[in-house]
Amino acid sequence: MKIQKKLLEIKNLKQYFNPGKPNEVKAIDDITFAIYKGETLGLVGESGCGKSTTGRTIIRLYDATDGEVLYDGVNVHGRKSKAELKAFNRKMQMIFQDPYASLNPRMKVMDIIAEGLDIHGLVKNAKERQERVYQLLETVGLNKEHANRYPHEFSGGQRQRLGIARALAVEPEFIIADEPISALDVSIQAQVVNLLKELQEEKGLTYLFIAHDLSMVKYISDRIGVMYFGKLVELAPAEDLYKFPMHPYTQSLLSAIPLPDPDYERNRVRKSYDPKSHNYKDGENVTMREVRPGHFVYCSDVEFAALQAEHANN
Amino acid sequence: MEKILEVENLELSFHTFAGEVKAIRGVNFDLKKGETLAIVGESGSGKSVTTKAIMRLLPESSSEFKNGQILFDGKDLTKLTDKEMQKIRGKDISMIFQDPMTSLNPTMTIGKQIMEPILKHQKLSKIEAQKMAIYLLQLVGMPQPEQRIKQYPHQFSGGQRQRIVIAIALACNPKILIADEPTTALDVTIQAQILELMKDLQKKIDTSIIFITHDLGVVANVADRVAVMYSGKIVEIGTVDEIFYNPQHPYTWGLLSSMPSLDVQEAKLYAIPGTPPDLLDPPKGDSFALRSEYAMQIDLEEIPPFFKVSDTHYAATWLLHPDAPEVTPPATIIERMKRFPSSRYYKGANGGATK
Ligand SMILES: Nc1ncnc2c1ncn2[C@@H]1O[C@H](COP(=O)(O)OP(=O)(O)OP(=O)(O)O)[C@@H](O)[C@H]1O
Ligand SMILES: Nc1ncnc2c1ncn2[C@@H]1O[C@H](COP(=O)(O)OP(=O)(O)OP(=O)(O)O)[C@@H](O)[C@H]1O
Ligand SMILES: [Mg+2]
Ligand SMILES: [Mg+2]
Repeated sequence: MKIQKKLLEIKNLKQYFNPGKPNEVKAIDDITFAIYKGETLGLVGESGCGKSTTGRTIIRLYDATDGEVLYDGVNVHGRKSKAELKAFNRKMQMIFQDPYASLNPRMKVMDIIAEGLDIHGLVKNAKERQERVYQLLETVGLNKEHANRYPHEFSGGQRQRLGIARALAVEPEFIIADEPISALDVSIQAQVVNLLKELQEEKGLTYLFIAHDLSMVKYISDRIGVMYFGKLVELAPAEDLYKFPMHPYTQSLLSAIPLPDPDYERNRVRKSYDPKSHNYKDGENVTMREVRPGHFVYCSDVEFAALQAEHANN
Repeated sequence: MEKILEVENLELSFHTFAGEVKAIRGVNFDLKKGETLAIVGESGSGKSVTTKAIMRLLPESSSEFKNGQILFDGKDLTKLTDKEMQKIRGKDISMIFQDPMTSLNPTMTIGKQIMEPILKHQKLSKIEAQKMAIYLLQLVGMPQPEQRIKQYPHQFSGGQRQRIVIAIALACNPKILIADEPTTALDVTIQAQILELMKDLQKKIDTSIIFITHDLGVVANVADRVAVMYSGKIVEIGTVDEIFYNPQHPYTWGLLSSMPSLDVQEAKLYAIPGTPPDLLDPPKGDSFALRSEYAMQIDLEEIPPFFKVSDTHYAATWLLHPDAPEVTPPATIIERMKRFPSSRYYKGANGGATK
């Protein structure tokens, strides 16, 4: 990899909802990873495994139950002045999974996208404001006629692009993109992904890219993390993960990717994953271990030895 | 096979501040008993609006039926009163919406929301309805359903909300299930479970399914037939094999070429050039012409009619006119056609691959 400066460090992060109650959910259960400046880290995993919660905790929408998030070495969850918070908010932006719920229904598109520009004083006058919004709409494949509409007057994919335009408006350094393209048709997906890559090359942006479409994730990511039930179970360079998937959940995930080929689909064989299959003993030390260079797997001592033996010669 | 739904010449507009948005511009298709029809196509092409029109769920103040009819059980749904429509909605025809948050009530527990249609359309006691709600949540793979029926929508992840909406739609064993992007927020393993679930339901009670999705892999998995939409029209319709192995419309070609492949690392993904047409003022002729390298003079002047490719396969492109010159489709499309017996590129069942 080109650059190896850590932009974001997540250390032993935990996020429990309703702690101590019968409906306690360990949405994030002790995860540790870093995101390097200028890279794209893909995050995939079972629905409900804690991907969005991870994103939301990073940008401080939730207070962490335990653990640390460091941005450029500074603890995100520590005490801060208003000015510091504002600066943070501009550097980190999130494109939300649920586009409708995250757009104010009573605001016109013009004002939704310009909100960040206004807060951070990024435009001098109304004319510049309008031009900047038009430009952003075009960037995401919409046009200036759309600026006068309300969110409900858009299709699902058009709304998702409004969320992207809004996040780009303040020119952040780090973007958490939570399923930014799942509601788009494949051609516009390609357009948005090409755009994200271009912006990355031009401006050195860093992305945390959460998605379910594994071929797209592979395409855009430098490294990929796989989550299962609040834990990170595998973390590896993108190519390596697809070539040598090691955790059985990762293997089941890769075996289920639907391909645009009806014949293939009629004969597909899926691998299923049963978490009980590990037969971990009480107190057994299960943790992330490096099996190949940069390729980490959540495993026990015994599993680690087996994986090493299997992958030693690859 | 028996037809259960027929959509004929549907035309529909929205009146907005900026003018009349001609969202649906003459849509025709039918749905047969027990089949799955997938609708794919450009974002904003009218997939959701078409299906919301069937459900009669468009805002009355701003939308206008301009033409056409929607026949279900011998009745034209566009002519029914609201009361008659309420009896059909959620019972005979139910819909899984694209945006799960908009169809869930944020102030009501999800248990209550799943029980609502059960209590309305089926003669069950409250306790039985609650059992059924828990059972449905189990079916869609929700952990701890007994605990979680007491929670509110915001306490669930995106994919869990989507599964709650699916549970509600399945509650009354509908004759027609309209599923608008039902699995986009799901990981591929849970997605596969949900697709199996829908197929089982279909086998058991012969439900017909309209499945809207952008994921062409999912289409290849679930669909019997596929309709491709572009700017308010269906531009191609056929069996799943016809659309994937013998596509005829340049828009379908573009769509099938835009997918990244798992094996090769492209520097840049292919995206169809240009922007979708403005529905306030739709272009004359073939609305895809301005973005297509295959466009001919006539495409700019006249709207192409449907040309018949086979009894089940139709495409609206002038390229199929007997007088049109023969063109060479993109390379990835020729690869697909090599596997299709009646294609001129046919190379045998495995497409000429040497494996
Ligand atoms: N506010 C909340 N209160 C209680 N539980 C919550 C809350 N928010 C999320 N959860 C739970 O935390 C877990 C993780 O949710 P999260 O939204 O992070 O999942 P996700 O990985 O993004 O899933 P998806 O792919 O379906 O979007 C889920 O079990 C969810 O139900
Ligand atoms: N209430 C409304 N008022 C005005 N225009 C609308 C309204 N609802 C939809 N439209 C417009 O109608 C067109 C069709 O929208 P529709 O939601 O059917 O698209 P879609 O094919 O489902 O797209 P996507 O794949 O993005 O969900 C779009 O151009 C959209 O902007
Ligand atoms: Mg999520
Ligand atoms: Mg839609």
